[in-house]
Amino acid sequence: MMILSGDKPRSLVLSVLLAAVFLALAFAPFLFPGSKPLNVAAKICIFALLVASYDLLLGYTGIVSFAHTMFFGIGSYGVALALFNYGPSWTMIVLGVLIALPLAAVLALAIGLFSLRVQAIFFSMVTLAVASAFAVLASQLSWLTGGEDGRSFQVPPALRPGNRLFEGEIFGVALNGRVVSYYLVFVACLVLFLLLLRIVNSPFGRVLLAIRENPFRAEALGYRIVVHRTLANVIAALIAAAAGALNAIWLHYTGPETSLSFSIMLDILVMVVIGGMGTMYGAVLGAALYILAQNYLQALMGSVSSAAASAGLPLVPGLFHPDRWLLWLGILFILSVRFFPTGIVGRLRQRATKA
Amino acid sequence: MAGSSGHSPSSMTTHLETRDLTIRFGGHVAVDSVTCAFRPGELTAIVGPNGAGKTTYFNLISGQLRASAGKVLFNGEDLTRLPASLRARRGLGRAFQLTNLFPNLTVGENIRLAVQATRGVHYEMLRVWSGRSDLITRADAVLGEVALAPRRNVAAAALSHGDQRKLEVGMMLALEPAVFMFDEPTAGMSVDEVPVLLDLIASLKRDRSKIILLVEHKMDVVRSLADRIIVLHNGRLVADGAPAEVIASPIVQEAYLGAAPGKASAA
Repeated sequence: MMILSGDKPRSLVLSVLLAAVFLALAFAPFLFPGSKPLNVAAKICIFALLVASYDLLLGYTGIVSFAHTMFFGIGSYGVALALFNYGPSWTMIVLGVLIALPLAAVLALAIGLFSLRVQAIFFSMVTLAVASAFAVLASQLSWLTGGEDGRSFQVPPALRPGNRLFEGEIFGVALNGRVVSYYLVFVACLVLFLLLLRIVNSPFGRVLLAIRENPFRAEALGYRIVVHRTLANVIAALIAAAAGALNAIWLHYTGPETSLSFSIMLDILVMVVIGGMGTMYGAVLGAALYILAQNYLQALMGSVSSAAASAGLPLVPGLFHPDRWLLWLGILFILSVRFFPTGIVGRLRQRATKA
Repeated sequence: MAGSSGHSPSSMTTHLETRDLTIRFGGHVAVDSVTCAFRPGELTAIVGPNGAGKTTYFNLISGQLRASAGKVLFNGEDLTRLPASLRARRGLGRAFQLTNLFPNLTVGENIRLAVQATRGVHYEMLRVWSGRSDLITRADAVLGEVALAPRRNVAAAALSHGDQRKLEVGMMLALEPAVFMFDEPTAGMSVDEVPVLLDLIASLKRDRSKIILLVEHKMDVVRSLADRIIVLHNGRLVADGAPAEVIASPIVQEAYLGAAPGKASAA
């Protein structure tokens, strides 16, 4: 199991769940034809990676950052602006990534060296301030970023819906540019996720855990905890920026709402907590569950509501009105934190060790 | 007898010394101008009543606290301004009085982190940790030394108090330091667990190149292990010398053992 870096799921239920998510995502274009399901699948891939990179900070290193969407946004805008300004070619995608990743790394390094020397709470405050400033900047510099409207752009021809790999179909699905784009996103996310899994299971990753557990003692053993925390911050920023780049390629669009908004930051926090902090696998389950709920809970409630209305039940139709979906999501979140404080993965592993 | 003992540092052997080491917390002087040199092959016990500044003195040497004045010199280098991590890398090992572990990691992982630190494997990211058999072998050897091998896969937080003390000491051993600093290693241990630790400390003395410092309240332990005793009282070094001589001295009888010397010497 070297591909998992020796970090097995350690629970039968968890293994089954992960395998199910993996297979569903790997064959999504064939299992769930249509553009909406494919959108949902791509979003799950991208957010699983984004949340996993956040878990490196929150779960493994024990530091709370509010700047994760900023790095996600840097990756998104890097690719978007390169394609928008210089035309849809692979070279511009590479150029965008080559500008975005170093920028993300330098910013993460600067924030880390500036604020991780002191208490962790100070780091959180600084990330919040820098991220807000960045979001304001992105919407104000509208000549460059398109402001609140963002930028829509063309992707290279191979990734466009009109492009066909070959005539004919596989399992009734035409292999067009959307499918190619999806597999680009899927494979890139998978590889980067496995890289993160390797990093948290490396000697370096174990030092991060030690720092989370007891920074005082880690320092006394000879580890320079500022350097470790800063490195973790830089790695997380790089992966987040890569996820942002993939997001831009998938959406053909980048704007504040899809990459920089604070509500995405909250989504990430919710996903990491539902899945289980400090587990990596939790990111996959948290992202899958949350994004499925986000996309289908509303529809499900709508049908419950209208069924109840036609059955003449009082109160129920209003309670399940599609507009109330955030209320139900909130209740589900509170219940999951109450009953699975260590997240889904933590809970499943606990059960496995007891049995 | 008080004050610095005469010495001339040889360039080849390990040499640790504090010069006028002082720390003030507001108006309170917790450690007051302590000048003292420690020689290899010698176990120095540091005794004194509660609040005398023994642990604070340790913290100043190993870097958990920064001195207000004075110097810490190690092998000719001035460590006074270095953080604890860099002092540890230069060979100052510390076992803490209040147990200070990585509670949710296993006993084996706690030790392995210490081995890893001292082998300089700080930033290796792309190899799997559980595949580093060199680190694991060394960690297993240390686990054997502190009699914790059977508890290898238990979380540190789940250990008994005595076993946590052993793990604490094991982590210092794993660092293979030049200076061992034990801060009440047997505190709170049950009687049958104590000999394991005392034998271990005694065996460290056989390596004549190491400096061993021991803060300890139990006079029988001090008497059986120490080659030299220094006494701290209100942050000042008030006595320094061979055990028999220091224990018999009037200043110790008064400052440390109080009015009941017979009680303290009862083993």
